[in-house]
Amino acid sequence: MIVAERKPMSEIIEMVQDCKKVLVLACRGCVTVCSAGGEREAEILASLIRLGMKKAGKSIETTIGSLVRQCDREYIDEIDQWKGEYDAVVSTACGVGVNFISNLRKDTMVYPALNTTFFGGSAKQGEWTEQCAGCGDCVLHLTGGLCPVARCAKSLMNGPCGGSVDGKCEIHSDVECVWQSIHDRLASFDRSAQMEVIAPIRDWSTAGHGGPRKIVRDDLTV
Amino acid sequence: MSFDPAITLFSCHYTSQQSCAEEGKELEQLGFPASINLVRVPCTGKVQVTTLLKAFEDGADGVYVVGCPEDGCHNVKGSVRAAKRVAAVRDALEELGVEGGRVQMYHLPRGLHPEFVEKGKEMDSRIREMGPSPFQN
Ligand code: SF4
Ligand code: SF4
Repeated sequence: MIVAERKPMSEIIEMVQDCKKVLVLACRGCVTVCSAGGEREAEILASLIRLGMKKAGKSIETTIGSLVRQCDREYIDEIDQWKGEYDAVVSTACGVGVNFISNLRKDTMVYPALNTTFFGGSAKQGEWTEQCAGCGDCVLHLTGGLCPVARCAKSLMNGPCGGSVDGKCEIHSDVECVWQSIHDRLASFDRSAQMEVIAPIRDWSTAGHGGPRKIVRDDLTV
Repeated sequence: MSFDPAITLFSCHYTSQQSCAEEGKELEQLGFPASINLVRVPCTGKVQVTTLLKAFEDGADGVYVVGCPEDGCHNVKGSVRAAKRVAAVRDALEELGVEGGRVQMYHLPRGLHPEFVEKGKEMDSRIREMGPSPFQN
């Protein structure tokens, strides 16, 4: 899922300074699962916005709404049901949602309530870790299913580097050296020889270094 | 500057049952501050972040929660959950530039006992010292 967390309240209060009424718009997708921007978090945020504005000697009305997702046109159109109820939308979706509203609604001002952080998962309640960086040219079949792009601090394709100590990365003793884990996992499948194969220099254009990416599926368009 | 604070207390059924003794008179006789408005909940684990924030929105100068001891909650983890939510509200208050001490969690044994009154007095004097809530305009 896309993992995000709420921005500091000072930033959000600054965004809505001149608003009289805002629509706090939750997303029921990834950000609900990572407890950053679902309906419950939108309710909390609305309360904090009202309190923050009150403290600044201003008043603001908040309407709370939620969409199934904020990254598909058909759901974005549903914003019309709150017509007239807001000067601006404060979206608790990931950055995709905020961009989508901006793309599709030329008269709607939208502010991001979250810092969108990474693609990750939760192995432990209340904790999320980065697992994939969306590089567009997956190498997991060569690395025992563990991602060197997202999980190695240097995104090395031929690791580990000389800083790997006792399974930990040189950037911090709390951080796993994913290349050590790749080595151990390949060994457990009797595929250590894969470690000897030199990965070629990568073409990072699929990773966004060649500009914004786009996928077109002809079979799905009419 | 002296002022009369409004404090909201969310207390679980088990730790606040003394409040009902003799129609609440007993607490009053023990010196429980009149500034405290006691809201009884079946379990403090039911108290949401929004419940605590709403108390501030409704004009409370301070808000606190009294639940069972951490290792002796009637509903196993209710009071531990409540403590986490109180901590989240404290962080949020601080983000808004407000004293985090305006919200507090206490774990107390069940039934009638002096600490319930003591913690009420502690909260009352802390809020008096801090002054009125900055959320009132
Ligand atoms: S190699 Fe690329 S696509 Fe595969 S998991 Fe890593 S970042 Fe994601
Ligand atoms: S120690 Fe391991 S994870 Fe850290 S930079 Fe080197 S290879 Fe990558």
